[in-house]
Amino acid sequence: MIHTVSVLLENKPGALTRITSMFARRGYNIESLAVGTTERHDVSRITLRVDCAGQPLEQIEKQMHKLVNVLRVNELVPGESIERELALLKVTAPPSSRAELMAMGEVFGARVVDLGPDAIVFELTGPPEDVDSFEELVRPHGLQELVRTGRIGLNRPSRSNSKRPKQHVLV
Amino acid sequence: MSAKKRMNGADAVLRSLEAEGVDIVFGLPGGAILPTYDAFARGSTVRHVLARHEQGAGHMAEGYARASGRVGVAIATSGPGATNLVTPIADAWMDSTPLVCITGQVRSNLIGTDAFQECDITGITIPIVKHSWLVQDVEEIPHTIKAAFHVASTGRCGPVLVDIPRDIQEAELDFSYPDDVSLPGWKPPRRGHPRQTMAAAQAVAAAERPILYVGGGVLNAHATDELLKLAETARLPVVTTLMGKSAFPETHELHMGWPGMHGPKWSNFALNKADLIVAVGSRFDDRVTGKVSAFAPGATVVHLDIDAAEIGKIRRADVPVVGPLKPVLADLAKQLATLAVPGRTDPWLRQIAEWKDQFPLRYGEGGDLLKPQPVFEMLQEMTASRDDIIWTTGVGQHQMWAMQYLLCDRPRTFITSGGLGTMGYGLPAAVGAKAARPDATVVCIDGDGCFQMTQQELATSVLEDLPIVVVIVNNGYLGMVRQWQDMFFGERFSQIHLTQSLPDYAGLARAYGALGFTAETEGEVADALEEALASGRTAVVDARVDPAEHCFPMIPAGAAALDLVEYTDTTSEVPA
Repeated sequence: MIHTVSVLLENKPGALTRITSMFARRGYNIESLAVGTTERHDVSRITLRVDCAGQPLEQIEKQMHKLVNVLRVNELVPGESIERELALLKVTAPPSSRAELMAMGEVFGARVVDLGPDAIVFELTGPPEDVDSFEELVRPHGLQELVRTGRIGLNRPSRSNSKRPKQHVLV
Repeated sequence: MSAKKRMNGADAVLRSLEAEGVDIVFGLPGGAILPTYDAFARGSTVRHVLARHEQGAGHMAEGYARASGRVGVAIATSGPGATNLVTPIADAWMDSTPLVCITGQVRSNLIGTDAFQECDITGITIPIVKHSWLVQDVEEIPHTIKAAFHVASTGRCGPVLVDIPRDIQEAELDFSYPDDVSLPGWKPPRRGHPRQTMAAAQAVAAAERPILYVGGGVLNAHATDELLKLAETARLPVVTTLMGKSAFPETHELHMGWPGMHGPKWSNFALNKADLIVAVGSRFDDRVTGKVSAFAPGATVVHLDIDAAEIGKIRRADVPVVGPLKPVLADLAKQLATLAVPGRTDPWLRQIAEWKDQFPLRYGEGGDLLKPQPVFEMLQEMTASRDDIIWTTGVGQHQMWAMQYLLCDRPRTFITSGGLGTMGYGLPAAVGAKAARPDATVVCIDGDGCFQMTQQELATSVLEDLPIVVVIVNNGYLGMVRQWQDMFFGERFSQIHLTQSLPDYAGLARAYGALGFTAETEGEVADALEEALASGRTAVVDARVDPAEHCFPMIPAGAAALDLVEYTDTTSEVPA
């Protein structure tokens, strides 16, 4: 089972390496990882997609908590959180299929950010599942290059579930 | 905060160590750490012990930490000096030994250029430290060292590393040592949850066959008195792991030996047939559990640990209590003083005692060759009435025999490499233990393979006036490897023969200015040990034992603990 985990950590040299090294050492598989700044200049946020086939998520969270630079770990539970991903897709687009592709893009809210004689570059931001769908849709046309940021996410303030601790706390 | 004083970074390192109350460090100088050694030359209350190899310095710091319960400190230069510390750091990581390593680094402007003796030691050690720092500004030195000691010694103990470029050691700062340390991401638990402790007490009181499964965490937590109180309050049997050895008095009627791969059968029976296991600062290591799915199948588990990540890592905990063991054990004992039913565990204690009578440790007696086990029986007998003995060991058969035969009644008197299994640990660890406890008689039980990995530290022992007694259980082989090849690789012996007489260990000891003895019979061993123990000098006793002797019992790797293999007369090459 794949979980999305949001990690706040001190913005210090090597902090990210310590997390990824711990994942490698403990045999946890990272599906995607996005790291960036937060509202505080001294704090970064990592959004991780982690495959918990071999280990319960709780064990992974606890191992992260032991790292000195890690300030907070919480799971982004589907339905209780907003998840977004950005993708850039370079699709083969000879004049004959250009209109069809652009129509598809419109359906998904993808922007055309570049247009060459034989290819279009789309920019799509949205829930990762939408990005998956759009990717599959354009693939038959010739998906020349694709880059995805990996998902980022936040808990929804509108649906905070009081039963679930925001921060992983162990009795 | 004290008044500020102008000084360079190197002096600030020593003033910081002094402020931490460090009395002794172990190290070896080199280019990138020269300014700090210059600061030693200017004077410090911190004694520096000069090792012959940085690995030795690291294990000395570990031995110091384990014998004293304080943080050990090792210092090395950049590059190879730092990489030589990697084994002790990994060892301290596995055994949760509080260790601060300070390494020199090449000048800041050379970092990343593949400069002479440059290596990314903070990068190399990331998987085996609790935390590390590359100091980038001289002003950071006091706070960084404060933080290093704090992280090493709080929560679950372990190693940290502070890497200081040479120019940072030379730069000047206005020094003052901070009173507090600010680490927003480091918040080890300060107490156990009272509700969980209560649930643990109820589980213990309700059990018919409870057992305390005690690991090294009890020693790190300075909680041996609380453990004793708890065991006596509810009359709970106790087994101690290799790392937990000496956390509970081993001549106490409630001590039921040591579980695991080479633990006595009755100890493994006690742990595996319990209906309630209270794991106290222990971690269900594979060398204890054997096949996990077959380990103590009928037992409910109460798990007490400072490290939340140990809960449920290997074995599901029915009642977890995360917190410092000292107050947790005290609370538990307090609860059980009212909850425990007097006499409830008596039938269970009688059962374990029966197993003990039924399955004693056995080995083949007779024959021309000296058996190793009588050497240990002799050591135990000669030291039983003394309260000043600290044992250290290497890793292998001799280590397992030491666990089985040497009874430790006082905390921190059995110092060994449990998790990493570091051959060569024993001798330098003994030097460190002697530095921590000058009043103690420190005896290193070593194998001939182990001894040859760190033997150069005999020079440190002699010249630094840190005398130790080394007993080499010399079978001329990498004995445990020989045992595995014999038992599990169809007797295909491969690359294990070291020879018993090369080097001449007694002669080697004398070359280092130590006493040297060679002993081939029980009488010779007894005489040599007596003289060595009485000498007050560094001494090496080369006890030449039967090369074919195996260490039993043994749980074959991956087998269930209850399927352990015992000594039978046919497994010995000596006629019964």
